[in-house]
Amino acid sequence: MPQITYREAIRHALAEELTRDPNVVVMGEEVAQFNGAYKVTEGLLAKFGPTRIVDTPISEAGFIGLGVGASMLGIRPVMELMFWSFYSVAFDQILNNAANVRYMSGGQINCPIVIRGPANGGTNVGATHSHTPENVLANHPGVKVVVPATAYDAKGLLKSAIRDNDPVFFLENTILYGDKGEVPEGEYVIPLGKADVKRVGQDITIVTYGRCVIHSLKAAEVLEKEHRISVEVIDLRTIRPLDFDTVLASVKKTNRVLIVEEQKPFASVGTQLAYMIQREAFDDLDGPIHRLATVDAPAIYSPPVETEQLPNPGRVIKAVLAAMA
Amino acid sequence: MSKKPSAIADKKAESAVKATDYALAPINASLSPTQRIELYRTMLRIRRFEERSLRAYQGKNSTGGTNIGGFLHLYIGQEAVAVGCCSLMGKNDHVITAYRDHGHAIAVGMDTKPLMAELFGKITGCSKGKGGSMHYFAPDKNFWGGHGIVGGQIPLGTGLAYALKYQGKKGAAMAFMGDGAVNQGAVHEAYNLASLWNLPVVFVIENNGYSMGTSQERSSAGELAKRAEGYDMAWGQCNGHDVYEVRATMDKHLTLAREKSRPSTVEIDTYRYRGHSVADPDNTYRTKAEVEEYRNNKDPIQVSLHKLLAEGVLTEALVEKIDAEARAEAESAAEFADASPYPTPDDIQKDVYWESDHPSERKSEGRLFFD
Ligand SMILES: Cc1ncc(C[n+]2csc(CCOP(=O)(O)OP(=O)(O)O)c2C)c(N)n1
Ligand SMILES: [Mg+2]
Repeated sequence: MPQITYREAIRHALAEELTRDPNVVVMGEEVAQFNGAYKVTEGLLAKFGPTRIVDTPISEAGFIGLGVGASMLGIRPVMELMFWSFYSVAFDQILNNAANVRYMSGGQINCPIVIRGPANGGTNVGATHSHTPENVLANHPGVKVVVPATAYDAKGLLKSAIRDNDPVFFLENTILYGDKGEVPEGEYVIPLGKADVKRVGQDITIVTYGRCVIHSLKAAEVLEKEHRISVEVIDLRTIRPLDFDTVLASVKKTNRVLIVEEQKPFASVGTQLAYMIQREAFDDLDGPIHRLATVDAPAIYSPPVETEQLPNPGRVIKAVLAAMA
Repeated sequence: MSKKPSAIADKKAESAVKATDYALAPINASLSPTQRIELYRTMLRIRRFEERSLRAYQGKNSTGGTNIGGFLHLYIGQEAVAVGCCSLMGKNDHVITAYRDHGHAIAVGMDTKPLMAELFGKITGCSKGKGGSMHYFAPDKNFWGGHGIVGGQIPLGTGLAYALKYQGKKGAAMAFMGDGAVNQGAVHEAYNLASLWNLPVVFVIENNGYSMGTSQERSSAGELAKRAEGYDMAWGQCNGHDVYEVRATMDKHLTLAREKSRPSTVEIDTYRYRGHSVADPDNTYRTKAEVEEYRNNKDPIQVSLHKLLAEGVLTEALVEKIDAEARAEAESAAEFADASPYPTPDDIQKDVYWESDHPSERKSEGRLFFD
């Protein structure tokens, strides 16, 4: 199978869906002529022209709201946020309008919009540019939230997201854009809401998603070799809908859980998972549910320290050892 | 009214002199007597519907409970704006507005029974009791809400225009907002996008002089419509108490949108007689005399009535018949609403996701809802 980058995988998904459905439009700041701030949309303008690949002014509320309105009339806009961090200036359009319009119209109106872009720390860009809003987004019934960790997943999930009739928020990662992975040439889709067991193990389950999947897999190798601990790594891939059955099956097998997430701890995705695990697998647990999150402060700039603020393989190893103790 | 004087006042005086001319504008001169009566009838139906809804709000239902909860923003006094604008709609024209939406909903042709039922929170409501007064929707009538966040609907209206253009349809979107909404950033972002991309949208500012209890002069620098100039957009102003004037003005702006795919902004001067919402005691920011002055001299329904009587289109007998019908319609809407069932707790989680409402077509897996 060919190896392509996470960035290319997303680009291929966009190109395939643009080809498949004339109602798909890609829109955002610098997506067309500049070829994308992170080069995800490189070459799309040349291939699809300015009607399909649209550069916007720096007006997140304006253009995302415009996308919501257009989607109500059948357009399928795929909006790029240069950083998901900028969702705050379009919060009303995303979480009042896109999330609620179907409900408040009694099911009469659909909003098949996709909003995508990177949402991660670890690039030394400070607190304003390092938000991970998947918990905030997923707190809103009516929306779907996807956080892919690999090139293969990114492509298959984005294609599903674009075909979905509900608003889907797709959170990428600038650090993963260059990571290569095996992606088949042909067409495939991955359904939203399906977790993936990225590593099979017996002693403890790590429930995670996004770049923390990569950290957890690295940690699992070390734990296996140096501590003879067999770790199962579950990549949620989608936060909402949530494939909790896969989590549950694993917990019932290993009887121990560590949640790893690049989130601030308070009311995070992991908080919700912990609630659900204790509620539905209490008797299967051999110990308390552990959780490793980002150190609870705004994202620090200082490059070597930011690495320690975020989950990383070293911190995952420590957390697993604590959970096994 | 405590609005900015200067240019607006001059324009008003000018248009007052020419007021009678608007009936002669081609878009109005071509109206048949029946069509003229329909404009009047629609305004009156809105008025009677809202008066009835106010009585329901203030009263109790048969079991002593509340008929209508939350906010109820009445459009009384502004009827000529929605009716004038929406009377110009063709099949590819679309409307979106804010929370003061009863007038627009009736003007686009929604049945008043589900509208009243929505206020009562009933499953027979236009939004199944899930939206309430501020969130009426009727996509089948090209009516896209009913939006509760000041200014938040304006980017959406711009998106409707974007979709029309993308799909090659010759139509226009009318995006309504209040005078207070022009101070929202989202409105300005939408103005810029609309002009930059030549989108067929008309931004309609319904200037009733107040945003809640704050007068225009206490909230807005400069003239409201003129802000369009900064975005290289055409703009206009007109009086909102004469349905003919609204139509004559809006016709030009809609033509600009449909024919030239250019956006524009229209500021329509109007007035609300009631408080901002039913909860507003209306005694802190304006005088009773000011309200009376408008009601006595510029009531859109009275203005229209006098014109139609003078034109010989309406007779006293017909006037009474139309009013009796409008009152009966409002009454039967209230009866329908009262008799209708509430949604059940099982309905709470319906209409959240397209996928959960179409389980056989669902492609995603996993849990969509949590407890
Ligand atoms: C973003 C936002 N801020 C505040 C409010 C509360 N609010 C509702 S209506 C209103 C006044 C708006 O006035 P205007 O735009 O002139 O419209 P009108 O009520 O006169 O029709 C305010 C402050 C809101 N709904 N949304
Ligand atoms: Mg106002």
